[in-house]
Amino acid sequence: MADANVTSPRAGSLPAPGPAVTKAGSGDVARAMRRRGDQSRFWWLIPAFYIAFLILPIYWLVNMSFKTNQEILGTLSLWPRDPTIHNYMVIFTDPSWYKGYINSIIYVVLNTVISIAVALPAAYAFSRYRFLGDKHLFFWLLTNRMAPPAVFALPFFQLYSAFGLIDTHIAVALAHCLFNVPLAVWILEGFMSGVPKEIDETAYIDGYSFPRFFTKIFMPLIASGIGVAAFFCFMFSWVELLIARTLTTTNAKPISAIMTRTVSASGLDWGVLAAAGVLTIIPGALVIWFVRNYIARGFALGRV
Amino acid sequence: MDKTWNNKAWFMVLPVLLLVAFSAVIPLMTVVNYSVQDTFGNNQFFWAGTEWFEEMLHSDRFWQAMARSLIFSFVILAIEIPLGIVIALNMPRSGWGVPVCLVLMALPLLIPWNVVGTIWQVFGRVDIGLLGYVMNALGVDYNYVNDPLDAWVTVIVMDVWHWTSLVVLLCYAGLVSIPDAYYQAAKIDGASRWSIFRHIQLPKIRRVLLIAVLLRFMDSFMIYTEPFVVTGGGPGNSTTFLSIDLVKMAVGQFDLGPAAAMSIIYFLIILLFSWVFYTVMTNSGSER
Amino acid sequence: MARIDLDHIRHAYGPNPKAPSDFALKQVNHSFKDGGAYALLGPSGCGKTTLLNIISGLLHPSHGRLLFDGHDVTDLSTQERNIAQVFQFPVVYDTMTVYDNLAFPLRNRGVPEAEVDGRVRETLAMLGLSERAGSRARRLTADDKQKISLGRGLVRSDVNAILFDEPLTVIDPHLKWVLRSQLKQLHRRFGYTMIYVTHDQTEALTFAETVVVMYDGEIVQIGTPDELFERPSHTFVGYFIGSPGMNVMPVELEGARARLGSQIIELPFPPANASGRIELGIRPEYVRIGRSGLPVRVTKVEDVGRHKIVRASLEGREIAAILGEDETLPADARVSFDPVGINLYQDSWRIETGV
Repeated sequence: MADANVTSPRAGSLPAPGPAVTKAGSGDVARAMRRRGDQSRFWWLIPAFYIAFLILPIYWLVNMSFKTNQEILGTLSLWPRDPTIHNYMVIFTDPSWYKGYINSIIYVVLNTVISIAVALPAAYAFSRYRFLGDKHLFFWLLTNRMAPPAVFALPFFQLYSAFGLIDTHIAVALAHCLFNVPLAVWILEGFMSGVPKEIDETAYIDGYSFPRFFTKIFMPLIASGIGVAAFFCFMFSWVELLIARTLTTTNAKPISAIMTRTVSASGLDWGVLAAAGVLTIIPGALVIWFVRNYIARGFALGRV
Repeated sequence: MDKTWNNKAWFMVLPVLLLVAFSAVIPLMTVVNYSVQDTFGNNQFFWAGTEWFEEMLHSDRFWQAMARSLIFSFVILAIEIPLGIVIALNMPRSGWGVPVCLVLMALPLLIPWNVVGTIWQVFGRVDIGLLGYVMNALGVDYNYVNDPLDAWVTVIVMDVWHWTSLVVLLCYAGLVSIPDAYYQAAKIDGASRWSIFRHIQLPKIRRVLLIAVLLRFMDSFMIYTEPFVVTGGGPGNSTTFLSIDLVKMAVGQFDLGPAAAMSIIYFLIILLFSWVFYTVMTNSGSER
Repeated sequence: MARIDLDHIRHAYGPNPKAPSDFALKQVNHSFKDGGAYALLGPSGCGKTTLLNIISGLLHPSHGRLLFDGHDVTDLSTQERNIAQVFQFPVVYDTMTVYDNLAFPLRNRGVPEAEVDGRVRETLAMLGLSERAGSRARRLTADDKQKISLGRGLVRSDVNAILFDEPLTVIDPHLKWVLRSQLKQLHRRFGYTMIYVTHDQTEALTFAETVVVMYDGEIVQIGTPDELFERPSHTFVGYFIGSPGMNVMPVELEGARARLGSQIIELPFPPANASGRIELGIRPEYVRIGRSGLPVRVTKVEDVGRHKIVRASLEGREIAAILGEDETLPADARVSFDPVGINLYQDSWRIETGV
């Protein structure tokens, strides 16, 4: 053997030669581990504080929703002294309250379906082909994502009045397409560009027609992209209020608009207001929980 | 570019085109129409030319709202972008902490905007809100209903609460896509924490950071619902941002001409930023 | 420079390893001599990169100690170990120039700027990058980027060791030769301790004075290229090194003879009392083809230029032999084994014969 200190190639069959050891003091070692380039030991404090800051106002709302109005106005208590579900009962028993949720969900789902349905072929076109004016078109779509809703509120009202669509779910769903369709095209185009073109070509050679190829092969490949796009469509339609409120009066009014109206009418029913607020947080929380594994990936594309 | 030239692709874009034309072009035409006409009611309109635009550009009210919006946007960026980066840098990279952090941080993004307003309206109130109560208990004279400065602070803190997570999630996504070899090489080279950030992490998240900056700029420049719920634009006009002023003018006072002219100026500003955004994005994309 | 001792090093990536298969690195005891040029050779997933990362401090071993010149450095950070390491894929700092990239590890250690300049210029010249010194690293080709990665390792004069983790994977074939010979030159000139991980035997055998062959988380043999070739201490080394690899066939021992099916092979030495699964290994270079010996059925002859590779069937087993360019294959071919090339293996490990 060429090397002096090799004991045996059969690892561990012989004791190792004991070289002189000078063990560094444990204090030195601890300091060394924390040295430059390593994250400090208290890194987790930063996200922890941030999350605490995020949760605190929500906690206060939840806390209030289980209190009576006397307790809310009377004493400042960190948890309900006299917990009550009365506030929630008010909402669940009064159709003018709970219908708001149904309205919101109807137009949000409608909008998500419409947005994804029209965005899919368009995103495919943008990701696979070049055509006359494609870049300008893409930019123009993008500007609509950036359009201030305040600018559009009044013209929307007049437009949908002219078509007799005021106070219908479809009106809100269509209006929200203004910002959700460009967004969906953008996200889907990113995912589609990640699918190699050879897959399309192979499918055509194998005799697939375009619609069959698109639904049977292509859509499953970008399923996570569709999920991410649907998530963001849902999110932006769910949180928008200005346009939704402008286009509805009673039959299709979203819950968030009903909340403001009832508060201004009945004065200071803080408990019910808090309960209604809590209930609007729940659908969003559920949706995030279901897509939690895709969120980072959707953002990773840098396309939102 | 290995895309094939195919003008038939237009047919695939057509549904999007029609839909967006219906929900964007027609309303926009209406706005343009109003901006150049005057009315005395009864649906009678007169050609007004650029009168409304000139009036707008000479109106103190417009420039004050504009200044407030710009100041607000820059304060927001100055807080949310560094904060978002710092939080993203310190997020866990693996284990149970990742989904927990992601879900909790994304939560404010999915709360309807007026509920965000309501949450902070309640939270900040001196009589029933935890924040207002604690502030006053600490001897700070805080009341966002009366004091313009307190109103600003409340609105800014609310926006930080609402939107910093977007910056965090974007940066986090950029950070996790950096290969391990970069960190290992940096350790070997003896790079300090700051050097790693400056020479590895920052260049690699440049693109997502750009998106974050521009999105946050434009969205904060257009902010309406949340401050409207909390302060209603007050006290006085201290938190009347451009869109609040616009809606006041159009829906509240029904001054269609000035409102339309303002909309168009507003929209052009946004368009300019969109164009910068798009150009920078496509350029940074072609660099790689 | 330093001697590096691995003292009972074991590593598992998962928590609470129990079975041997939980360990990416089963147990390693070895010393890398000060100033030696070593190659760590083995197939993908054999634990060579794990071992390298343990030496550089990017990984903390689950068990065992690491000593530099007798000092325990197991708990020291990468920086304090003062190690240079070059990775498989190029890592460059995009925002810096080529010059600043090379200066980076020196400046981080507070080396005076005059010395930094000297060393960086020298390294740039060595790598043939002098005229690119001022250009942004981002715009370079993969080859040049990897040269920069190499350069960041070489620029440091005081390192304890330079570790290479398959550094030439992305480099053009003709440039590989150039860079490898430059590394060898550097080693002769400056006497760095160099450890070079690769799965390419040519690379390992041409670069290193000593080759460490790893297989399935263990070191199976350490030796000079000649030793690995002539006396593979594990059948894996026999297969892995050489082209084609060693012929290994199961035999039964009968005194100084080995029985292979119905054939008898005379052994040049009396084997010690061996039990278990016995195999005979012989390299194709020592298989003689002629008119005497064991009868075989030739299945294929490959002409690879300098010589021919004869594939044949001996007692139903594949065997390869090397036939010189001028030699001809007899019609009724038989093979005989050159006694010098015969190795015996018990349960895959070589039986020492004292020859």
